[in-house]
Amino acid sequence: MKLNELTAHELLGLLKTKQATPEAIEKDISAAIEKSEKKVKAYVRLIEEKLSEKSTGGKLSGIPIAVKDNICIKDTPTTCASRILEGFRPPYNATVIEKLKGQELPLAGQTNMDEFAFGSSTENSCIGPTHNPWNLDCVPGGSSGGSAAAVAAHEAIWALGSDTGGSIRQPASFCGIVGVKPTYGRVSRYGLIAFASSLDQIGPLTKDVTDAALLLKVIAGHDQKDSTSADIPVPDFTSSLKKDVKNIKIAIPKEYFVSGINPEIKKIILEAIETLKKLGVSFHEVSLPHTEYAVATYYVIATAEASSNLARFDGVQYGLRSQPQALRKTPLIDMFEETREKGFGNEAKRRIMLGTYALSSGYYDAYYLRGQKVRTLIKNDFDKVFEEFDAVLTPTSPTTAFKIGERASDPLSMYLSDVYTISANLAGIPAISLPCGFSKDHLPVGLQIMTKPFDEEMMFRVAYAYEQATDWHKKKVSL
Amino acid sequence: MSDFQTVIGLEVHLQLNTQSKIFCGCANTFGQPPNTQTCPVCLGLPGSLPVFNRRVLDHALKIAMALHCNVNPFIKFDRKNYYYPDLPKGYQISQYDLPIANNGFLEIKTGDTVKRINIRRAHLEEDAGKLIHDPAANCSLVDYNRAGTPLMEIVTEPDIHSPQEAYDYLTELKLSLQYLDVSDCDMEKGSLRCDANISIRKKGAKELGTKAELKNMNSFKAVKAALEFEENRQAQTIQAGEKIAQETRLWNEQKQITISMRSKEEAHDYRYFPEPDLVPFTVDQQTIEEIRKVLPESPAEKFNRFLKQYALSEYDTQILIQDKNLAAFFEECTTHYPQAKKICNWIIGPLAQELNTRRTGITTLNLKPGDFTDLVQKVDEGILSNLTGKNVLSAMIDTNKNAQTIISEKGLAQVSDDSTLEKIVDEVIRENEKTAAQIKEGKENAIGFLVGQAMRKTNGKANPKKLGDIIKRRIQNV
Repeated sequence: MKLNELTAHELLGLLKTKQATPEAIEKDISAAIEKSEKKVKAYVRLIEEKLSEKSTGGKLSGIPIAVKDNICIKDTPTTCASRILEGFRPPYNATVIEKLKGQELPLAGQTNMDEFAFGSSTENSCIGPTHNPWNLDCVPGGSSGGSAAAVAAHEAIWALGSDTGGSIRQPASFCGIVGVKPTYGRVSRYGLIAFASSLDQIGPLTKDVTDAALLLKVIAGHDQKDSTSADIPVPDFTSSLKKDVKNIKIAIPKEYFVSGINPEIKKIILEAIETLKKLGVSFHEVSLPHTEYAVATYYVIATAEASSNLARFDGVQYGLRSQPQALRKTPLIDMFEETREKGFGNEAKRRIMLGTYALSSGYYDAYYLRGQKVRTLIKNDFDKVFEEFDAVLTPTSPTTAFKIGERASDPLSMYLSDVYTISANLAGIPAISLPCGFSKDHLPVGLQIMTKPFDEEMMFRVAYAYEQATDWHKKKVSL
Repeated sequence: MSDFQTVIGLEVHLQLNTQSKIFCGCANTFGQPPNTQTCPVCLGLPGSLPVFNRRVLDHALKIAMALHCNVNPFIKFDRKNYYYPDLPKGYQISQYDLPIANNGFLEIKTGDTVKRINIRRAHLEEDAGKLIHDPAANCSLVDYNRAGTPLMEIVTEPDIHSPQEAYDYLTELKLSLQYLDVSDCDMEKGSLRCDANISIRKKGAKELGTKAELKNMNSFKAVKAALEFEENRQAQTIQAGEKIAQETRLWNEQKQITISMRSKEEAHDYRYFPEPDLVPFTVDQQTIEEIRKVLPESPAEKFNRFLKQYALSEYDTQILIQDKNLAAFFEECTTHYPQAKKICNWIIGPLAQELNTRRTGITTLNLKPGDFTDLVQKVDEGILSNLTGKNVLSAMIDTNKNAQTIISEKGLAQVSDDSTLEKIVDEVIRENEKTAAQIKEGKENAIGFLVGQAMRKTNGKANPKKLGDIIKRRIQNV
């Protein structure tokens, strides 16, 4: 058995009984990277980090982790897969990196992503696309596609991603692994290079539910450096995993099963529902009436915030600076324009323009303000459902992984890829995607479970019960 | 100008003197080497996040109350988006639709009347960095030390109708803010900055004229001068049958003129929206009341109290309250020597002069109120002449010694002894027989001349009042 193909909790058991060493784990990871990385291209850059000689007692010491390239690592290039951040080395660690270091988790490398997390396929990267380990012609999903592919291809034991509209869950679903978007405020955003501040959350991508619970426990918690992080105690998520799910009531929103869903996926999800029913879960159809506005609302709010968050990339302090040969307007304006022209990819430019428009005088009320109002309605829909139900179950994505290049020229079809995941970000609720089957062409399908804010325990409990009743999470890619 | 009414509104940016910046823990100090008071947050580095400094709130609430504003307890910040190299994030965190304070007023004395200038709003925001242009190297450098300094922007209604009124408003505002101890209010250091909106209209017209926004004035005098230039320019423009353009104009201090910087078409669309990195919160009533309790006396309140309590003249009081610390020094002095009028004269006279020539304030001097009143008392009792008293005061400040020590060391005590003075007076009369004769004939105001002569003979140590009496007596008796 190769150590890199095991889960973190399995490895921790082996480390404890001395049946494995951190060096041996690292060796197997390196071998997998050596073998698969050329095909998968999960990483933007690897991190040469020496394992500490002596453990200082970190509970997860020695289990290598991959980190999305938008999470700041001190003195290490962190670029969001964008040319505009070329050469940028943050002088500080993101809070989650500090937490990983506190547990002595060695950093394997920084993973590929859609530039600034703008995308659902990891094609919008300045270093080129990542490939889905299950089918190298397909996308791994996105924007945390590098993290998902690295874990699926056993090039990392687990990984961190960020999720603004599905960027952890959708690639987890496409790559047959587990991905969690925590409650907004559960994990500090300090050091996460912002896409949309009111939607972004960092979360785990892992091989099974237990690992996700372990990793979330490490990164969660109040942070004085992030005003939006919640001062709410973090439970030991693993301790509630094994509670049974008898009499748990789960809502099925009818709006998620109508148009656009691939019938194959619908069938697989219905089978998953049957499996949970056998464990004692009861299911009820409900309505989340504002679901149809989620994508539009999201693309107004997320792009508006992004247009402002990305304004700082102007060539003044760090990253790319470019000046045109001939004077066009003023040296200063020329530098701003040329730097941003050369530094940003097409999707980044598209979203900056969309967001700028939505915030512009005369359009603000019709777009941004209305978007915020609809966001409240969407949140109210969920609040109402959670008054009666413990969780909401949906597919993670309407399709399985699509072919590289297939949607690149059709932004709208790309945006619809996140139709099932966006609502959790708008409502600020936790959501998990876990493997629940394969399509006829052998591509993984993901199941999404959402719960009320700060009830990740219930989310993990249902997910774990399903996982233990099936063996989808044990299916391994062979490359 | 007589056909027109001038309409002015002022925007004051005030740097608050909290220990740390508004959204990070960096020191909020002026004059440090470039880019040494910075961190990832105030540099706006990717991934960094702002956290509101609650001490800023206390300062803002004090200002809101002192300006008689409604306090909005719901604290929400917004982003103001624009590009400039001194703005590290490409947006400024500010307050847009819900300023912390609105609908207040400040009463100002302008000429002989008291006028109320209404305050439209006052809001919190962060300052930007500072660009330093180096023409020799043909480049610009950015110092981010100032980025993230807490600012309060105080905006008046267009209630001001002359450049002089604008000047009086700024003077009164500065004094009120100094009383609150919330800012250095130093225009030279940039801790108080002022932009002005000005338009003119035909007298009696209801509609406001097209306004110009004036920037780049670095003193109250410059504000006044820029407004005077601008009201004339606008009047001439209208009289020439041309239209006023809505624009931003820069004051050129050297040429004493305003120059167009950008037109309305070039104005920014700031794309304000709520700052998602900061969670809005509500200030509880208790916090507001606690601030209200510790709110210091305002200049106007002090003025009225001093008039009543110390029976000073309006003129003296007005001078005394111009400096909060000097007013406090005065009050301390009256507990040592309850002669308010005399102390006041010595403070606004000789002491103020000493402070002026030394370009310093009372708090930096090591002058104890008790020592100061001892000196005043010695002059009152005739031990020192007025002139010698002034010299002693100067020596006290130089040496930190008390009046008695200096008098003993220099032998400065006034000569009041009758027999000594009579001898001197007789000498003076002998030497100035003509004058003495005139005095005898009733020309009493010539006495002063003889007093002066006698003072010279005693190196100023003689008691002038006594000298006068003796001169009269001796001349009449001749």
